[in-house]
Amino acid sequence: MSYLKGLRCRECGREYPKQALYVCEYCFGSLEAVYDYDGIKKILTREKIIKGPKSLWRYRELLPIDGNPSAGFYSGFTPLVKADILARELGVRELYVKDDSVCHPTWSFKDRVVAVALSRARELGFDTVACASTGNLANSVAANAAWAGFKRYIFIPANLEKAKIIGTLVYLPNLIAVNGNYDDVNRLCAEIAAKYRWGFVNINLRAYYAEGSKTFGFEIAEQLGWRAPQHIVAPAASGSLITKIWKALKEFEKLGLLESKVETKIHCAQPEGCSPISTAIQTGAEVIRPVKPSTIAKSLAIGNPADGYYAKDVVQASGGSAGIVSDEEIREGIKLLARTEGIFTETAGGVTVAAAKKLIREGKLPKEESIVLAITGSGLKTQEAIQDSVGQAAEIEANLAAFEDKVMKKNPVAAGR
Amino acid sequence: MTIKVRVPTPLQKLTGQPEVKVEAENVKGLIAQLEKNYPGIKDRICDETGKIRRFVNIYLNEEDIRFLEKEETSLKDGDEISIVPAIAGGI
Repeated sequence: MSYLKGLRCRECGREYPKQALYVCEYCFGSLEAVYDYDGIKKILTREKIIKGPKSLWRYRELLPIDGNPSAGFYSGFTPLVKADILARELGVRELYVKDDSVCHPTWSFKDRVVAVALSRARELGFDTVACASTGNLANSVAANAAWAGFKRYIFIPANLEKAKIIGTLVYLPNLIAVNGNYDDVNRLCAEIAAKYRWGFVNINLRAYYAEGSKTFGFEIAEQLGWRAPQHIVAPAASGSLITKIWKALKEFEKLGLLESKVETKIHCAQPEGCSPISTAIQTGAEVIRPVKPSTIAKSLAIGNPADGYYAKDVVQASGGSAGIVSDEEIREGIKLLARTEGIFTETAGGVTVAAAKKLIREGKLPKEESIVLAITGSGLKTQEAIQDSVGQAAEIEANLAAFEDKVMKKNPVAAGR
Repeated sequence: MTIKVRVPTPLQKLTGQPEVKVEAENVKGLIAQLEKNYPGIKDRICDETGKIRRFVNIYLNEEDIRFLEKEETSLKDGDEISIVPAIAGGI
């Protein structure tokens, strides 16, 4: 049973059939999946969701496919960690980490969107899938498409972290490293997508793919006992995740699944070297000015954010704010989350933690209110960013005297926090 | 000045082909000339006030014109213009 009615332009409202479409043919606005909410309301209950699979597919009725899912059976439903130690450190009362650094199978929230995109790609009859990626999407498309049996072409900026390149190649895709930044890769892919009949997950499957991010928001609400937190801090590149978390909370509210109204403030976290959305929010600018990215947070290095205007609208409509953090603060953010909660996140997660710290200091995240941090991926993929700031192992000979001399004498309370 | 223009799929219904040649001195003039050759195309690229729509990117030889002189960016013989809708991706 399908609750997906069609696609609609977010700019001009023109409606389109639920095909593989790139953008609104008229005004180039992005297309949004439209659902039959009345139909969904009749059958979707908390009990039905709870009994569903322990993956993002427990929200299948609110995802844009017609039949049964055919990819990503184990993706999503990641832990919502009650982060008491980090809360103490930051001086707040109620703090959670939504931890997609352990999302199956490639350790980032991109496994959610790819699960949806590939399930839809199969329904639309594609035998080849492709994407332009800053890394996490590359890993996820390569892995999930291998499992689901698609031919796969992955396009990345040539300067990507080594772990992300190896973590893509291992699944045997056609990997193309383009000389240029992500915006250059995207421009090229737009031209390729126009020529070849492939399912480009972030181009002609974008309307479906992007909906997968909603499950990050659904899970936060479900795991908090069917309530929306007072604050969510999320990183932004294109801005898509922010808009979809918001959409998710609003959908749950509309379907009567929440204990109370959504009063969540959404906060946008970006790195200093690429902060077009946060800058526009902070300065109150109408226009989002594209930038040339330069940041260690490569997964956020999108200078021309496709969903930037919508993300800005969400932040402002919700009463949220924006944080901008330096590379050094990002490294400290990664280390802080590791030291307090035992979670090793990628640079984008470091941006979230660092921005939250800043916004707490500025009073934009009040100390007495509930806060969720969106941790989007694993630190093992971006080790280069912190390799020079985590210290070194104490190297010793294999005898007790050396241990006592080189370790215990120097650092008698090494076991303490 | 003969400029080669790469046309995105949604606009190829108007141009009939993925690449067209246009004579123009700058980007503004190029859009005007496109409109003359393919009536209706300007409406699609520009909003009611005549400004380039916020989800349309125009590249001169691979550089976003927003980093150059925007609509006033001047063109020379052999330049290539790509019109590309904004693309999703990243977080």
